[in-house]
Amino acid sequence: MTDVVKNLAPSASDGPSLDRPKIQVVPLKGLPIAAAAVVFVTLAIAGNWQWALVFCHVAGGGLWTGIDLFVGLVLGPILGRLSIPARAEFSARFMPKMVIIMPTVVMMTLATGFQIARKMGNLYASSPNHSWLIASFCVVGVMAVIALGILEPANIAVLFEMNKPVPNGELIGRLMKRFIYTAGITGLMQIATLIIMTRVATQ
Amino acid sequence: MTIEQSSPVPSNTEHSYPPVGWLSTGALAMVIVGGILMASYAPRKAPLGVATALLVAGALLLLVAGVLLVSLKDFSRATFLKVFKWAIFADLVTAAMIEFAFVRDHTNGASLLIVTCMLVVFTLSVPTTIAFTVARYAED
Repeated sequence: MTDVVKNLAPSASDGPSLDRPKIQVVPLKGLPIAAAAVVFVTLAIAGNWQWALVFCHVAGGGLWTGIDLFVGLVLGPILGRLSIPARAEFSARFMPKMVIIMPTVVMMTLATGFQIARKMGNLYASSPNHSWLIASFCVVGVMAVIALGILEPANIAVLFEMNKPVPNGELIGRLMKRFIYTAGITGLMQIATLIIMTRVATQ
Repeated sequence: MTIEQSSPVPSNTEHSYPPVGWLSTGALAMVIVGGILMASYAPRKAPLGVATALLVAGALLLLVAGVLLVSLKDFSRATFLKVFKWAIFADLVTAAMIEFAFVRDHTNGASLLIVTCMLVVFTLSVPTTIAFTVARYAED
């Protein structure tokens, strides 16, 4: 393997200022809320509790779709036009929250959605909604690979880079670009989710 | 080793690494496709041959990623392990939830075994991708 060392170090002024507070990558204050959501979803599935299942699916799905659309199609393009220090400043406050919020709402939506589909008989091949559900699985599958394989690693790498004594502004910019593009793609895919889910609800 | 440019600031260097992140993401993609296949047949029995092939492909990709990771030089293993530890905790919760849902839905036998193995690949591949992406830019 060729070991190429490419120095990307910009001046310290390209990154966030040195006197900034340390970023907490996983906001510990948010963990009890996420844990409460996990417990609530588990109880809803274990008890086959119709209202709780629908509540978690609708609330989680609404938040997931709304956040993805807003971040991907509104916030992303704005972020893309900001200077790297401004992006870094915004990300330092925004991304740790996303580390807690997104896995929680995704877990709420998917775990309860599957149970609702099973209870309503939509998983049976004879159901008119079956093909729509398969389409929804595929959309979620693509979004999961993008989010877990590209978006989330870039998000966390940005936070670690910003915690360095001299953050690499160019690297942060590059990772943020990856975040912005993938958030745009998942935002567009959420439009497909909206079409599929409204079809399922009205068949 | 080729040095393209030197700088008075001794940090922020970027090495070229093998595609560990892409391999573990590939493993994730394989088990997600397998999971979609299993879920799309529920409550009927899914074709286990295809699901097994996807699981084996995912496991192989993850294994190659693991071998490449172990053989890496000039790599911050401390950062990798620190991030991996946190990420695997989060993914264990997700995997446990999915496993619980399948058990609750009376999935059993070979189907449950395949789903469980897929969840193991999922639980290892996501933290690997995240921890590698972070550690490749670490300085220690």
